Amino acid sequence: MAELDTSGGGHKKKGPGVKKGKKLSTRVDLTPMVDLGFLLITFFIFTTTMSQPTAMKLFLPDDKVNPEEQNKAKESGVLTIMMGADNHIYYYEGQLKVDASGNNFMSASYNGENSIRDVIMKKKADVRSRATDPENPEKDFVVVIKPGKECTYKNVIDILDEMAINVVKKYALVDISADEAKLVELSDASAKPSTSN
Amino acid sequence: MGRAKLPRKSTNIDMTAMCDVAFLLLSFFILTTKFKPAEAIAVETPSSVASKVAPSKDFVLITITKDGKVFLTLDDEQRKEFIANSLNSTRNLGIDVAAFKKAGFIGAPIAGLKSFLAIPEENRKGDQLPGIPVMDSTNNELVTWLQLVNESYAGAKMDLLLKGDNVSKYPSFRNVITALKKNDILKFQMITNPENAPMGSELWKKSMSGEKQEN
Repeated sequence: MAELDTSGGGHKKKGPGVKKGKKLSTRVDLTPMVDLGFLLITFFIFTTTMSQPTAMKLFLPDDKVNPEEQNKAKESGVLTIMMGADNHIYYYEGQLKVDASGNNFMSASYNGENSIRDVIMKKKADVRSRATDPENPEKDFVVVIKPGKECTYKNVIDILDEMAINVVKKYALVDISADEAKLVELSDASAKPSTSN
Repeated sequence: MGRAKLPRKSTNIDMTAMCDVAFLLLSFFILTTKFKPAEAIAVETPSSVASKVAPSKDFVLITITKDGKVFLTLDDEQRKEFIANSLNSTRNLGIDVAAFKKAGFIGAPIAGLKSFLAIPEENRKGDQLPGIPVMDSTNNELVTWLQLVNESYAGAKMDLLLKGDNVSKYPSFRNVITALKKNDILKFQMITNPENAPMGSELWKKSMSGEKQEN
């Protein structure tokens, strides 16, 4: 292997009686070839993409089911999250109340201080503490996600991801109502742009 | 007084075996590397903690680009042929079935499908194409497409994937969902980049304790 016949190349065929010339070494130095080989291996290893895209599952509710047959949620266990423009996020617990008797329309952020994760966890702990059924203490906990028309796909995925992170069993992606859309729009206009994670 | 001269050993090592190994590995890596194909539709997907790997064959993919355009990709050529034939017979479009089978994605209104297929494959770029109209609730063509896809699957299990861009606005996503709901497709998967569960969160605790993730 790796030995080349270097004898006789270029020379005329030696006739009988002609003395053979000194035989040259037939070994080829393969070091540069090995270098090249390993260089290419390194290249291919580094250019191979290791991470494959993953997929998160989403089940949609069936709209055609009669409203009477739909699951009713207890008001005390509902957390509604709304997403607005520029990574703004708002939430309220139970029914929306914005009048003289009180205001439960709050704003949160995707990360950092006052993050939506803390809000979800607090609400979850709250529902657990009031649970009557020890078998299933989170039975009443429902998160309603209402993306506004200005929020991005990333915002929606982030919130759905938040459901997975906080192990929320029941959540629903629902269209925003006109009143809420107006509130979100007004709050968006007055708030500073914030960043998402 | 002279010492016996030791015969000088050659310092050359036979590199042949090493060379063989190197090139064997090289050919292995070359053959197993799948280069990321230059994507005709540029999409940057968000990240999620989902750990299930997205299916890579026999899927139906709906892509939403950053300007909210919607494209449909079908994997299976037989199903594409079925769809092209039924489009031709019901709407009398006269589209080229072979070209439709070869097309990597569909990104034009049904009426303009013939001219879309006339564009050479390498010139079909997501940002220059109109996409499938979904914005208008009265003319959501994705409903028609998905109906055809449903027919072509004829009850077989379908992997429906949704790939959206980070900055695409929610309304186009909602219109896609509406189209899915209209076709009774209530289960789909969204393609994301993998991400670890944040430290200290409930999911993180679960995965630390060895519980298997559901999604």
